[in-house]
Amino acid sequence: MRLGKKASSGLGQLVIPLVALAILIVFNLFRDVGFFSIGISVNNSGNKVLTGNLISIIDSASELAIIAMGMTLVTAACGGQDISVGAVGAISGAVFVKVLQGMGAITVPTVIVGVILCCLATIAFKLFNGTLVSVFRVQPMIATLILFSCARSIAYWINGDAAVQLNSPIISAIGKTLPGIPIPTPIFAVILVGLLMFLVFKFTSLRLYTQSVGINQGAARLNGINPTAIKLISFVLLGICVSVAGVIGVCRLGQLNHKTLLVDIEMDAILAVAIGGNSLGGGRFRLSGSILGAYIIQMLTTTLYAMKVAPVNVKAYKAIVIIIIVVAGSPVVKDWLTTRWNRLRAGSARANAQKEGVS
Amino acid sequence: MEDNVVLSMHGICKAFPGVKALSNVDFVLRRGEIHALMGENGAGKSTLIKVLTGVYEKDAGSIVLDGSEAHIHSPQQAQDLGISTVYQEITLCPNLTVAENMFIGRTKKKVVNWKEYEKKATQILDRLNIPARASQELSRCSLAVQQMVAIARAVDMNCKVLILDEPTSSLDDKEVAMLFGLMRDLKATGVGIIFVTHFLEQVYEVSDRITVLRNGELVGEYEVEHLPQVELVAKMMGKSMDDLAELESIGQKGAVSEECVYDARELSSAECRPFDFHIRRGEVNGFTGLLGSGRSESVRAIFGADRVTGGKVTMNGKAVRISNPHDAMKHGIGYLPEDRKRDGIIADLSVRENILLALQVIKGINHPIPRAKAEEFADEYIEALQIKTASKDTPIRSLSGGNQQKVILARWLLTHPEYLILDEPTRGIDVGTKLEIQKLVLKLAEEGMSVTFISSEIEEMLRTCSRLIVMRDRKIVGELTGDDLTQAQVMKTIAGGDAS
Repeated sequence: MRLGKKASSGLGQLVIPLVALAILIVFNLFRDVGFFSIGISVNNSGNKVLTGNLISIIDSASELAIIAMGMTLVTAACGGQDISVGAVGAISGAVFVKVLQGMGAITVPTVIVGVILCCLATIAFKLFNGTLVSVFRVQPMIATLILFSCARSIAYWINGDAAVQLNSPIISAIGKTLPGIPIPTPIFAVILVGLLMFLVFKFTSLRLYTQSVGINQGAARLNGINPTAIKLISFVLLGICVSVAGVIGVCRLGQLNHKTLLVDIEMDAILAVAIGGNSLGGGRFRLSGSILGAYIIQMLTTTLYAMKVAPVNVKAYKAIVIIIIVVAGSPVVKDWLTTRWNRLRAGSARANAQKEGVS
Repeated sequence: MEDNVVLSMHGICKAFPGVKALSNVDFVLRRGEIHALMGENGAGKSTLIKVLTGVYEKDAGSIVLDGSEAHIHSPQQAQDLGISTVYQEITLCPNLTVAENMFIGRTKKKVVNWKEYEKKATQILDRLNIPARASQELSRCSLAVQQMVAIARAVDMNCKVLILDEPTSSLDDKEVAMLFGLMRDLKATGVGIIFVTHFLEQVYEVSDRITVLRNGELVGEYEVEHLPQVELVAKMMGKSMDDLAELESIGQKGAVSEECVYDARELSSAECRPFDFHIRRGEVNGFTGLLGSGRSESVRAIFGADRVTGGKVTMNGKAVRISNPHDAMKHGIGYLPEDRKRDGIIADLSVRENILLALQVIKGINHPIPRAKAEEFADEYIEALQIKTASKDTPIRSLSGGNQQKVILARWLLTHPEYLILDEPTRGIDVGTKLEIQKLVLKLAEEGMSVTFISSEIEEMLRTCSRLIVMRDRKIVGELTGDDLTQAQVMKTIAGGDAS
């Protein structure tokens, strides 16, 4: 009968992130009514595109939101986090660029081949992580630390040149906007990956399997589930997410820089999972929470920039807000809030009963 | 008499959303007595203990300790007031030494002289006749000794009230006797002991008084001499003993079909030696033997839970290969594990998800059971097994032990297994549920299911099984059927009486 825990298992998990998002929105409205205004402008390639802070927040959080989804699955199944997603994302980008260069021309078919090959390469790297975690039972952080520290070197070997330029309308269509569509393409990528996840969980019972393995691996095994396979699947899905994020990252800038591509994204992804109310110890999860977490982080960053906070200081302010969100979502505070809430309700119920008794 | 009272709880009420856990419960504990707190699952025993130890906050009522009103808001406070608890699960640190476990967290000093503490610990261990060395790593002691160390730690903290919550669940008879010795010693020093257990015989062996709770209400307080065991059970269940009598008479003694459902030759696993075993359609048989005799390991080998290393298995005449639980499930075998908390429940998942798990796995990950169907299954089995839960979306974690066990049972019944293995299905659950489970087993067998039943309580096995396989030291040493199915014969076989 732990009330707080009960609350965290249902939709209640989304309360804290939704409140945080609402507060950020209200804060911005008070600060500057025009913050959320959306305009239309014409970009370099002659497309009409939507502009404004809101669009830019949703657009630039795309890679984070996509990786956060994969991170949620690995967290749920393995009870640990993959800290190599940023670095392996650089490999994805490098493979993508290498394939395009190798084929000589940037056309729709070559881009598709590039995406597929980069996806396969990333999955291979994630399977390496997954095998260490599931077969050899290495702690996820240690298992992924290896690639965290060397993946960017591997990206460099794949594609030695420090900054490869990709000048093509197809690339900018992926990284910016498609001709005739005013919404940035990366937003569609998030929807696409989200849809893929939705379908996977709709048409399989992977959610039940993953949660069972994450909560009680031994019991899951005695019920015929293969925990090794489930953990590997979570890493494969994360691999797909990372490769998509890598391709978007490259296309957004129109160039490959293996040093800066998706740099530091692993920490934000883990944070998004946590802000979304998911336990970092594995078990029950909600992808929507993590996606919400990603947008909260991005909105926070954009708000701080809009307030003219110097880039050097942004991280410090971000940290303060995040500490508040994380503490508000912690079991202790949640338990405390639930008890207060129940007492309040019980009190008013008693008062009502008394009133009725009098009348 | 009155000044002999060390603790009195009066008019205790505690409600959870949707459930009234305790209403107006009184409880009185005297100095130097062992007072058994009895009741079925959900009767309110644990809630009362948790109110007393500050885990829960009471809604109403008063607690008087040593003549003055006590306000207990946290376990630490309870501890400081002299109320110590030793739980069923050992809550010490197995990788520390006995002495470290006894004194850790109790010293105010920054630098600790462990040599000195070891000396102190040795004195206490000697005084209480606990067979452990102070410098020994705790994990090297037997479960019983670990339990006793936990008690020693509790008692040494100037304890007036000692609560023992199911301390004997995982102990064998000899260890229980040792523990009881310690309890009697403590009683002689004037400590009031609250003893929570499901084992009726133990209550009569060691306690002075019994308080019975039912459905969160006080049934009464009795002196042990004036309450025969049969009446105690009746009071706990709130009904007459007819049920039990009925069960005695329907026990499976008759002939079962000759058709062999499962047959294993020279089956062995990483944990057990080769053994032969078979079960016929509609038969209830059981493995018996002392703890550690290999009975659990044998059924784990049958289910493929441990790494199978050899043997020939045929089911319904066809050779099959069972090397992991999934294979076993595919062939219609179900397995309810011994350790419900560790191997059975998926604590954070809902009752519905826990019921559905095995069936879903048999169907395969690509064929999810539709939500509507899942709800239907859950409702059906919650109703059929009378599982007490706030809703089917409640996490199984918040159910009482007996109801958790019913959920796991429902999980396997839903798969309609041909052969069901139940390892200690009645451990740590109340008398009423025990009877329900025994009856259910017999009913299932009548309908043609084969069941292997394991229990530490021999009476229970004699009531349900038509064939008993007796194990000693990880070997099958005998098989009893028909007229040999008596307690005396089982004991003799376990002890090796038939060997010359």
